[in-house]
Amino acid sequence: MADRPLKVLIAKPGLDGHDRGAKVLARGLRDEGFEVVYTGLRQTPEMVVTAALQEDVDVVGLSILSGAHMTLVPRITALMRERGLHDVLVTVGGIIPDDDVAELRAQGVAGVFGPGTTIREVADFLRANATPRGA
Amino acid sequence: MTADAADRATALADAARAGDRRSLARLLTAVENHTPLAEAALRRLYPEAGSAHLVGITGPPGAGKSTLVAALIARLREDGRSVAVVAVDPSSPITGGALLGDRVRMQAYASDDGVFIRSMASRGHAGGLSSTSAAAAAVLDAAGFDVVLLETVGTGQSEVEVAAAADTTVVLEAPEMGDEVQAIKAGLLEVADIVVVNKGDRPGAQRTAAQLRAMLVPSVGRGDADPSRRAPKRPEVIVTTAISGEGIPELIALLDRRRADGSSAEAARVARATAQVDGIVAQRIRDRLAEGTGGGATGAVYEAVARHELDPYEAADRLLALLGDGGVREA
Ligand SMILES: Nc1nc2c(ncn2[C@@H]2O[C@H](COP(=O)(O)OP(=O)(O)OP(=O)(O)O)[C@@H](O)[C@H]2O)c(=O)[nH]1
Ligand SMILES: [Mg+2]
Repeated sequence: MADRPLKVLIAKPGLDGHDRGAKVLARGLRDEGFEVVYTGLRQTPEMVVTAALQEDVDVVGLSILSGAHMTLVPRITALMRERGLHDVLVTVGGIIPDDDVAELRAQGVAGVFGPGTTIREVADFLRANATPRGA
Repeated sequence: MTADAADRATALADAARAGDRRSLARLLTAVENHTPLAEAALRRLYPEAGSAHLVGITGPPGAGKSTLVAALIARLREDGRSVAVVAVDPSSPITGGALLGDRVRMQAYASDDGVFIRSMASRGHAGGLSSTSAAAAAVLDAAGFDVVLLETVGTGQSEVEVAAAADTTVVLEAPEMGDEVQAIKAGLLEVADIVVVNKGDRPGAQRTAAQLRAMLVPSVGRGDADPSRRAPKRPEVIVTTAISGEGIPELIALLDRRRADGSSAEAARVARATAQVDGIVAQRIRDRLAEGTGGGATGAVYEAVARHELDPYEAADRLLALLGDGGVREA
């Protein structure tokens, strides 16, 4: 049971229509041995959190390129807390200005990944920081 | 298992039944991971299950299984029926990773408590499901969902396990061009209660359906231990367009009719119970033999076979005799 795969939700909240990066990440993490739930484009915070809850994931990875991270991420983390998803690691990938990074961390985001981050780096971060599901 | 773990199993099972979705999700994780807690919870939940209609949906990659599931959800919700989905995708045999993408097509129900969708990786289990899909379906059944849809891995032909896990098995096909219908997987069609030719908006759908109807001679019902109950089974063939919802009410009517047909429903339940119990028996034997190997009791038997001093049949009989005495467990 020790080496059962970590389960990761890769979600693309917001309205921008590009999910190439998110798909590359989802496939890359699969190849790193993760079980990756991919939910597609244009997810509302409600959709992201419902998927995280029903799938009982260890990690929620949010890919946001629209620049709307400062509105979307706090809504998602707040909804996660409301639904009792306290032990789920949240990461954000996208073009996030330095000033926003600190604020996102304060909102409960564990990792922020900019353009140029390799899949291996993301995988290593998740393995080091996620808490595998109990029960 | 500790008393504490048993208490947690009871609490989780009861909360899941009471409608707490987080507990239900956690319980499904425990089931997927074969934990002792899951077994305790399943023991508690089993008597509560049995009311849901378990529908297996299988067919080749890209035929539209997930899209069909979404269309079924939409229609069943209009009828006020609650729906749970278990959608299985393959695990990589090399890395153990999996890309679970079926959910993409089922996103419209985030704030609808009458819908619950769970993706599962096959985790090395062949047959189109994971080894725990049937148990997961039982949990969802006990949690009170009216319909549980099991979407298999996109399969070739031999992966017919879903028929043992479901009350009703739907095999999806896409319209075929030319004469290819002749090549359609006899194995899959044999397990079908209903054959759906999806992508009805594409040319050739009606013709494919007509060819399938002509091909499908009555076959013998599956899994009946009792020959007197064997009845010829002839799957219905229906055309749907999952992206528009066309044909979905007709498909649901067929599903409901299957469900109402007492004899075939009973045969499916017995087949499922048989597969479930036999699976657990096999697992328990493996577990106890493994314990015995740790204690050395079985090791000597294996070594004797390796040296050709003992034949494997005699060896198996001896191990089973040991198991019967509880000897291997003690060892
Ligand atoms: N034209 C048409 N396309 C459809 C129909 N149903 C599904 N599709 C398309 O077929 C493609 C595959 O659909 P899915 O529902 O993902 O197929 P699947 O069988 O679940 O695929 P796997 O899970 O990968 O095996 C998608 O692009 C769908 O939009 C239909 O009725 N008509
Ligand atoms: Mg699918």
